[in-house]
Amino acid sequence: MKTHKAKRVVITIEAIMQKRLTDTLESAGVTGYSILDVIGGSGRSGPWTSEGQISRASGMVQVICIIREERLDTLMEAAFDVVDKHIGVVTITDVEVLRAERF
Amino acid sequence: MADILSLAAENLLSPVILSFILGVAAALGRSDLSVPEAVAKGLSIYLLFAIGFKGGASVASHGVDATLVATIAAGLILSAGLPMIAFNLLKIMTRMSRTDAAAVAGHYGSISIVTFVAATSVLQGRGISSEGYMVAVAAVMEAPAILSALWLISTGGSEKRMDGALLREILLNGSIVLLVGAFFIGMVTGEDGLESISSFIVAPFTGVLCLFLLDMGLVAGRGLRDVRGVLGGGAIAFGVLMPLVGSLAGLAAAMLIGLSTGGAVLLMVLSASASYIAVPAAMRVALPEANPSIYLTLSLGITFPFNLTVGIPLYVTLAELATGG
Repeated sequence: MKTHKAKRVVITIEAIMQKRLTDTLESAGVTGYSILDVIGGSGRSGPWTSEGQISRASGMVQVICIIREERLDTLMEAAFDVVDKHIGVVTITDVEVLRAERF
Repeated sequence: MADILSLAAENLLSPVILSFILGVAAALGRSDLSVPEAVAKGLSIYLLFAIGFKGGASVASHGVDATLVATIAAGLILSAGLPMIAFNLLKIMTRMSRTDAAAVAGHYGSISIVTFVAATSVLQGRGISSEGYMVAVAAVMEAPAILSALWLISTGGSEKRMDGALLREILLNGSIVLLVGAFFIGMVTGEDGLESISSFIVAPFTGVLCLFLLDMGLVAGRGLRDVRGVLGGGAIAFGVLMPLVGSLAGLAAAMLIGLSTGGAVLLMVLSASASYIAVPAAMRVALPEANPSIYLTLSLGITFPFNLTVGIPLYVTLAELATGG
């Protein structure tokens, strides 16, 4: 089966910033993404878990976009404006997709 | 003094506070006890609706008097002004950065609605009545402190990030909308409305509060576990001193306005409590450089348990002494 190259961008960010990030992505023309809850982890500030958090202020989410390589810079510039000073991780990986017209 | 100790003991041995202590103990003992997030959210919706509705119904039956506007104005001034005192105390008592101190200060001008609800439960248990509109005062005291914290930062030349979207989120956050909305429903439907749903919002109230405070105890206990690594002695002392300072400012305002004993207690509690829901969320957006561990641990791990166990009985006694109630 024929596959097509694409980029998978995973932005792990504070839940409170989620809407700001997705609004910015949509303004930059990136309208396809998925959002996942992050249930816990460990980082520079030590371990944390979403259990027992009393507000979304301290929770984290992952925004996942799969896009064509030529649109990567547009996405990263838009995302950087939002994530620059906030806790989080941005990763980019090469992936292959089956239906290129969808991305 | 004997009165304070007796009231403190009575308060500590109430089901509400014992549930909170159970939660703290379970968290400190690293038990796997937890209240599911959706349940905790449901309990908080219930409590906000009930407290707002009862406040509105009380205003409907007793009418609006001249002190309403003065108390709301006092609430706005206290919420905006207390961060200035907190900020200066932090500069004297700790080595916190200006950004962290401003973020913490913002929390201490705003309020903890759970502490407010617990205080109304203590007043009810002691048969002390209060002005129903104190619920509306609680609602207006959430936001001004956030603006004060951002102003404190801007005076130091740092960048602040306040935009229309953040302002809307602060002013229309779910807790405020529910509290104020239920207050107006209570005010419109009055005692008849309250009577028609009292089996739902009056009778089970204390039991629901117990479960909610069990969850808050678990959260505060987790916060307490982090205290040693996050807060120094000066910050811990601030977490106890600031509520006392705030409560005295609240008492002074209540005396000036001429509030009842119950109203004075509630204004003291509002001034003494620190936010751990609305302000942390706003600070994460507007001041991402500030360390959330510091303000959340101080507010939830130190000040919230202090107010719940020692503060409320102390404020009740002081208000009774000051108002002769």
